[in-house]
Amino acid sequence: MTGPVTGPVTGPVTGPVTSSPVSPDEMMTVAAARALRGRTACFVGIGLPSVAANLARRTGSPDLVLVYESGTIGARPTRPPLSIGDGELAETADAVVSVPEMFNYWLQPGRIDVGFLGAAQIDEHANINTTVIGPYDTPSVRLPGAGGAPEIAASCREVYVVLRQTSRTFVPRVAFRTSVGYGDGPGSRAALGLPGRGPVLVITDLGILAPDPATCALRLTHLHPGVTVEQARAATGWDLAVAPDLADTPPPSAVELAALRALTARGPAGPHEGNT
Amino acid sequence: MALPEAVAALVRDGDTVALEGFTHLIPVAAGHEIIRQGRRDLTLVRMTPDLVYDQLIGAGCARKLVFSWGGNPGVGSLHRFRDAVERQWPLPLELEEHSHAGMANRYVAGASGLPFAVLRGYHGTDLSSHTVVRPIECPFTGEVLTAVPALNPDVTVIHAQRADRRGNVQLWGITGVQKEAVLAARRSLVTVEEVVDTLDPRPGAVVLPSWVVTAVAAVPGGARPSYAQGYYDRDNDAYRAWDAVSRDRAAFTAWLEAL
Repeated sequence: MTGPVTGPVTGPVTGPVTSSPVSPDEMMTVAAARALRGRTACFVGIGLPSVAANLARRTGSPDLVLVYESGTIGARPTRPPLSIGDGELAETADAVVSVPEMFNYWLQPGRIDVGFLGAAQIDEHANINTTVIGPYDTPSVRLPGAGGAPEIAASCREVYVVLRQTSRTFVPRVAFRTSVGYGDGPGSRAALGLPGRGPVLVITDLGILAPDPATCALRLTHLHPGVTVEQARAATGWDLAVAPDLADTPPPSAVELAALRALTARGPAGPHEGNT
Repeated sequence: MALPEAVAALVRDGDTVALEGFTHLIPVAAGHEIIRQGRRDLTLVRMTPDLVYDQLIGAGCARKLVFSWGGNPGVGSLHRFRDAVERQWPLPLELEEHSHAGMANRYVAGASGLPFAVLRGYHGTDLSSHTVVRPIECPFTGEVLTAVPALNPDVTVIHAQRADRRGNVQLWGITGVQKEAVLAARRSLVTVEEVVDTLDPRPGAVVLPSWVVTAVAAVPGGARPSYAQGYYDRDNDAYRAWDAVSRDRAAFTAWLEAL
């Protein structure tokens, strides 16, 4: 488990494609939910990852175990929680454990298949910043900080990152390395002793990126409907490479879109963790 | 004990104070009492500083913050926290930050009476060079792990659902790191929704025996706008509404004067 492994990017789309107009955020969330198919347990960050993981439970992954860092394992909320500790998570969970137990017994040994994270910034090697923009001691923007992300990024067997793609968020090198993706490139994770594979998918409102197996640099593997390579490159702060087998993301099915809209209509979909 | 009396007796200027609660059971009323009593130079400790820490920082109670995630969950920034860090208003705020795993283990070490705890974490992050952690080699396997120092607050404040008349405390639902935070502290104050004759068992409940708790104060609603499972729900609208108050020094100052 030393190099990146390209994850299963899209599950099969069930049913006919929707004829309703789809927003870029909706496409991002649907693509993220599809990526969870076949997974057992997902460590869920709040905001976009949480909406996507809850959509997955309503579409292709009804048995997906949602793990929130507040200590809830197997939560089945009826609406997307605003925080990672909303009461409904505890009331519907298979088990509620303390926070030290969550990190020490459940996350650290690598029991969780997928860690699902948001980010304020991500760089070419999928390192994540949720700490500061600008110098640490005199930041221009003070972000919320690490939370559970460093150890989620280290210990989950795989990591998916979901965030909107702009040249401000996709930077050549993050201002602060809060959570490690591929470090400085090939071999970094192994040298650091990080047990998980690292970020195998970065799902955005424009497409999907995955690490190049040779260089560990994120490259474009999928474009969402209507998005061009030029748009994706313009929204990336480094010289974004395109995978030779670049594919189109299948548009949402009517079933997926209806499930997503029913979910978001029922509750809050706040900004993702690390956003300001 | 009444809350003002308990805060006056247990929380002193210059103390290291942890008001713990992981989204659930946040001791908000106790935090407000600390503001009213004008405590200064506090080192505030908490894994997830949220609204009540934004308020304590904006009110000038804190010299330093030890934390792992400071935000208004699902809403955005804590603007009083940011104003203190980015523009030193009303005072400069020293930061010591960790990951959640690091903070949780610091409390575990503190509760265990050990000088440090060990975890697999921090490797390769920029956190390592901005906080107090050290690499440590496993004496059995040689693996290089991370040591985090014990956290032993002068006083820990938590909110719980109930206590009995002898002062035994019971909390359930998401219980976070409160048990460790109380056991790690030199003194502790627990505010509760109600005092009852008998604590009938609850699934998954944490019970803190009276002899490890310094003081109990009955403060119904003392966790609002967070929640107390079995008593009241999280007031998500209040979390959203705080954003506008927090963004503006004048609006915050008006809030503070009304407290």
